[in-house]
Amino acid sequence: MTAFTAIITRELKLALRGGGDVLTLVLFFVMIGVIVPFAIGPDKILLARLAPGIVWIAAFLSMLLGLDRLFRADHDDGTLTLLRHADLPFAAIVAAKVIAHWLLTAVPLLLASPLLAIMLAMDLTSLGRAILSLLLGTPALVSLGAIGAAVTVSIRRGGLIAPVLILPLAIPVLIFGVGAISTGPGPDQTGGALLFLAAISLITTALAPFAAALAISSGED
Amino acid sequence: MSIDIAPKPNWFSRIAHPGQFVAWSRPLIWPLAAITALLFVVGLYFAFFHSPADYQMGETVRIMYIHVPNAWLSQFVYAIMAASALGTLVWRHPLADVSMKAAAPLGAVFTALALFTGSLWGRPTWGTFWEWDGRMTSTLVLLLIYLGIIALWRAFDDQLRAARVIAVFTLVGAVNIPIIKFSVDWWSTLHQPASVFTPGGPHMPGSILLPLFIMFFAFTFLFLLLHLVAIHTEVKRRKVMTLEKRAAGASA
Amino acid sequence: MTLTVRGLGGQRGDKLLFNALDFSIESGSALALRGPNGAGKTTLLLTLAGMITPTAGTMTLTGAEADGPPLLHSFGHQNAIKPRLSVAENLTFWAAVNGPTGLPVQTALDEVGLGSIAALDAGYLSAGQSRRLALARLLVTARPVWLLDEPMAALDSAGDALVGRLIDQHLDLGGLVIAATHDDLPLRDPARISVLTLGGTS
Repeated sequence: MTAFTAIITRELKLALRGGGDVLTLVLFFVMIGVIVPFAIGPDKILLARLAPGIVWIAAFLSMLLGLDRLFRADHDDGTLTLLRHADLPFAAIVAAKVIAHWLLTAVPLLLASPLLAIMLAMDLTSLGRAILSLLLGTPALVSLGAIGAAVTVSIRRGGLIAPVLILPLAIPVLIFGVGAISTGPGPDQTGGALLFLAAISLITTALAPFAAALAISSGED
Repeated sequence: MSIDIAPKPNWFSRIAHPGQFVAWSRPLIWPLAAITALLFVVGLYFAFFHSPADYQMGETVRIMYIHVPNAWLSQFVYAIMAASALGTLVWRHPLADVSMKAAAPLGAVFTALALFTGSLWGRPTWGTFWEWDGRMTSTLVLLLIYLGIIALWRAFDDQLRAARVIAVFTLVGAVNIPIIKFSVDWWSTLHQPASVFTPGGPHMPGSILLPLFIMFFAFTFLFLLLHLVAIHTEVKRRKVMTLEKRAAGASA
Repeated sequence: MTLTVRGLGGQRGDKLLFNALDFSIESGSALALRGPNGAGKTTLLLTLAGMITPTAGTMTLTGAEADGPPLLHSFGHQNAIKPRLSVAENLTFWAAVNGPTGLPVQTALDEVGLGSIAALDAGYLSAGQSRRLALARLLVTARPVWLLDEPMAALDSAGDALVGRLIDQHLDLGGLVIAATHDDLPLRDPARISVLTLGGTS
């Protein structure tokens, strides 16, 4: 077992044994879908029109909610410090943790998204597009989130500030994520939006581990 | 073998460079203030009395002389912050830390002013205070980034350690800003093309361009002046903190 | 293998803790860092570990290849143990991450006296047992330099003896140890220890 996969398996083990974190996140995601009809009324046509935005806002908020646990626990018990002496570049370790975090936060949301689609009266085409756009967009969210978590990990109460930092940076993900689902009045732009989304995800996942690793080591110096 | 090393008090070493900077740049403040005031007087005079009212927008076009320089500064200040962040990360220069920290609130204020004057201008022009126009929206996002950075500075107890972490985030933001701008433009349908610097040269009459450029320099000098003063204040604040820490250490 | 430090200066925040520090230790010998609280023992260890950038000076380790695997183990106040993983899983993780170049996991656990409870969740361990598990991390990956910060904290007298025995074994194999301690290291041959006292002024 290499060091890289060892980190991923450990993260998965810890999360699955560590009680209901994954479940809480999914519940939060679904609950946003539940409360929206109460706020705007059960009008199915209106709901279906707003659904892409609601799905993405729900995903956005759920991902931000789970951000702090990415590095916090390992920072508090000293693991993060020791990992800097591992037989693996620190950025690779951060990358492994980011991948594990994506598996633990984004994949459950993807699995739960059909539930949201039913509640928001989405048709099958939109649901397919929604899943595809979540699949392509969530890596960018997790990567940006990793930067936010890394920047705030050395602050004792940094949990609240990371989402505030990351939200503006994640706006392009939201724009193209929603753009990849909903067809506006004009010509169909969803294909282009999907490509931009994939491009943003590729760039951020490639660069975020380095930035996050730098932020963590700077915070301890 | 026994080696006995006593630490030599050298607490000033960390802030020595900023200290020297403050010493040689202090005489610059008053001349800079005078230049800024002069530019504002001339610029405002031209803006109010020696430039024509727009045939469509009327007198409200004069808001532009305040709005455009602020909009320029909102991005220029971030560039200064990103350059300082590079100085912090690459050369570990303590003055870069201070410059980065001093620039953040200034950038936020100029960005807020750009938004405020923009919405004042938008009311008579577009009939609404706020339009989800591409440029206004990305300026708003920029303001949010500034505010996040200020919140981050405040969240750290140890300002010296904060600098390097915030430098990383500032640079991440700098990489992101073009992406945000592009995505917002893509999203926006009400986007107006840039009109001052176009490939064919500016097509504004000189009577508008002259006051605009004077105001542009006036605001830029205002920023430089405020930035310098803020750097001085921050250096002094750090000196006080160091002295307080020493006092605490001496009484223990 | 020799670790040589020349003119090293280190600070924490804006407080300079040591300056112009010179020492060198060779394979098979230990350096004990002494001094009052706040004298900079931990900062020196972190500086040697590369976690804190020194203000001045050089640190050289002769006889080591530059591009090889990491050469040092850092053993600090925190145990870096996950209570939800079993004792063996905790150690297996570190063996995988640092490289399984030392003892097998079970042997290392036997060595520190936790062999019989390898399958237990680490959350059930006492403070002393957690400390022993953290020590076992140094055994599963063979690295020549050990940087130990208060290795005997939270350990009983049997634990102190264990620390002494592990350091002795490590020195016998040609390793070198730098340890910040308040008590004397219980080594077989005290002549192998040199002492560096930090602070002492003010």
